[in-house]
Amino acid sequence: MSRKTLTRRQFVAATAMSSTALIAAPYVRGAYAAGKLSIGFWDHWVPGANDASTAMVKEWAEKEKVEVSIDYITSNNKKIELTVAAEAQAKSGHDILQMYTWWPHAYAEQFEPVNDVVEEAIKQNGEVNDTVKYLGKADGKWLAVPATPGSQIKGPCSRIDLMKKHAGIDVQELYPVGAPPKADSWNMDTFLKAAEACQKAGFPFGIGLGETTDSVDTAGAIFQSFGAELVNAKGDVTVKTDEVRQALEYYKKLIAFLPPDAPSWDDASNNKWLISGRGALIMNPPSAWAVAKRDAPQVAEQCWTHGFPSGPKGRYAPFLPYFWGLWNFSKNKASAKSLLAFLSQPSSIEKFVAASGGYDLPAYAKMTTLKTWAEVGPPKGTLYHYPNPYNHQTLSIAASPAPPKIAQQIYAQATLTKMALRFAQGEKLETALAWGEGECEGFMRT
Amino acid sequence: MADVVVEHGRVARTASARKRTGLHNALKRKSTVAFFLTLPLILLIALFVLYPALFSIHLATLNKSMQKFVGFGNFTFLFKRETFWMVVKQSCIFAVTAVFFKALIGFIVAHFVHNIPAKGQRKWRGMLLVPWVIPPAMSTLAWLWLFDPSYSAFNYTLSFFGIGPINWLGDAAWARFSVILVNVWYGAPFFLIMYLAALKSVPDQLYEAAAIDGANWWQKIWFITLPMMRNIIAITTLFSLIVTFANFDIVRILTSGGPLDQTQIFATYAFRVGIESNDIPLGASVSLFMVPILAVAAIFILRDVNKRGNES
Repeated sequence: MSRKTLTRRQFVAATAMSSTALIAAPYVRGAYAAGKLSIGFWDHWVPGANDASTAMVKEWAEKEKVEVSIDYITSNNKKIELTVAAEAQAKSGHDILQMYTWWPHAYAEQFEPVNDVVEEAIKQNGEVNDTVKYLGKADGKWLAVPATPGSQIKGPCSRIDLMKKHAGIDVQELYPVGAPPKADSWNMDTFLKAAEACQKAGFPFGIGLGETTDSVDTAGAIFQSFGAELVNAKGDVTVKTDEVRQALEYYKKLIAFLPPDAPSWDDASNNKWLISGRGALIMNPPSAWAVAKRDAPQVAEQCWTHGFPSGPKGRYAPFLPYFWGLWNFSKNKASAKSLLAFLSQPSSIEKFVAASGGYDLPAYAKMTTLKTWAEVGPPKGTLYHYPNPYNHQTLSIAASPAPPKIAQQIYAQATLTKMALRFAQGEKLETALAWGEGECEGFMRT
Repeated sequence: MADVVVEHGRVARTASARKRTGLHNALKRKSTVAFFLTLPLILLIALFVLYPALFSIHLATLNKSMQKFVGFGNFTFLFKRETFWMVVKQSCIFAVTAVFFKALIGFIVAHFVHNIPAKGQRKWRGMLLVPWVIPPAMSTLAWLWLFDPSYSAFNYTLSFFGIGPINWLGDAAWARFSVILVNVWYGAPFFLIMYLAALKSVPDQLYEAAAIDGANWWQKIWFITLPMMRNIIAITTLFSLIVTFANFDIVRILTSGGPLDQTQIFATYAFRVGIESNDIPLGASVSLFMVPILAVAAIFILRDVNKRGNES
């Protein structure tokens, strides 16, 4: 057995080398020198869209030397809401978490302000619409960064053939490809007449009256087009107004032409209604059309996504923005902001839109005319007007302009659809209004 | 001096030896062993049951933004809400009706199974337990497709008899019926298996003696079976009442509480208010409201069981 002896000179040399290496180590740029970042992204329903997100994040991570882990969280069964609530309570979890609509305001105090990221993105991509500001900004502070993946407009998706045949409306003429809408005649009265005609022909409009977001969003846009607000921007309850009465009267007429089981519809029901060929129109982003392309191509070929009908107080379309929030407990805020800035660049936005087949909508004004929407089909140009390229409708969210924390309650508890349904099912108008007023008063809790 | 030191050492050694013997004896005691064996479970219960329960009590005493202590403020707020009282009423209707039918069906089917010869009984028991062993979230999805608003398999079948279409989940009365039906379908096997076990423990001699006395089947059930099963019926009813009151998945999947909140029960309403509307303290208060109702039921049922235990 040989035994190597260490001379004093060798020991000193080895110690000196080790010390130099240890002192110098922090200055050597290793593979993940800029730390770790944990991200919770919304799990996209379009096959391949998550891969596009992963590829973009990876590209950024390799350049910035950050170790990134991504979890894709489904929005089914409120998994995103549960994750946001759990992480907010635990003050631990992902650094960046994607969420929708009301959640930046719900946890406003726990999000790192991202003014620098959003302001830079606005400079590059154009101004964001008022709904994004309403939901993403508080007291001059951007609570979260508007995210392209998931953001959507829930406007009408009509059957070209059925609308032409039964309602005498050529939706392609109203919303031509490559040109501004010629939709002056597309108003709430025309819409009601078309709903009646299609219902009599056996193809009722598929508008839900349930308590899930699709039903609530449609009700929100119709109420807003009548100028009806349950709670105004100052937080005053304004249920018993003529505008709300008009909106309810209109809804009652419309409900008579909707499928009798609409009160039990969820967010999948309207998609199934269109894909099965039973309805002439639904209010949805192009997910129903995309599934129809696969499962019922003859239906997909007849689909046209377009703008909302206008009411006495304007033309409103439901817009549901998604956001990327950065928790204030994140340990790597600088890297997180760098990633969010990267994902908000025009080139990234274009990739998101292309990967989702046009489903994802950027919140920025200059990003509504990307080639994806003009090219996808069949029929070609079916999504051309989906991103509201000519700004001919106001993008809004149900229950606005009430202060977001109150509006969230009106939205989540589907107060609008419930009032409309109560009235349509025989309750007196004033009783339905009194019920709505009572509910809104309950939402004033702080 | 040295003697004293030795003396002290001996005293100290004796004391520590006695202590060791005491510990040794304690460890040898059955109750100590039992405690250590159950300790992992106690810790799990403390972590996953006790801590969340205490935390939800704490949450229920906070204001909406969870920054201020409001005592019973959330409860007094709820007591003024029309929707909340509707939820209380519906939860009671849901739980009591479902438990009653689960018990009734379980009792009847247990008798049928009990009368099947032992050879074939096992496969019947296995088959009848299937609804109970499938995760309810999964089986309820299958029910949802059967009740589907537009493509209901039930309506399709009924159409051959000129009946329907029935608005299973869109009409308040039918929606309540549907959620109770699925709960009964899911929960009846639990009663079946408990009642079957109880039936097997009733001595045959009692029935033979009753038969000699000329008792008919109804008298046998009324004077022998039911008294012999009283405790198991009471305990099963209590367990089921607790679980049914706290049900979430069936209602959530089938109706989400709709239409117009008319199938909303405590757990689904707590989720709607607490998570979806982001009022966690109010949601915690809604879910805690179940506690006094169930506590009263538990006290009455367990007192009765205890009394009968003492009598026997």
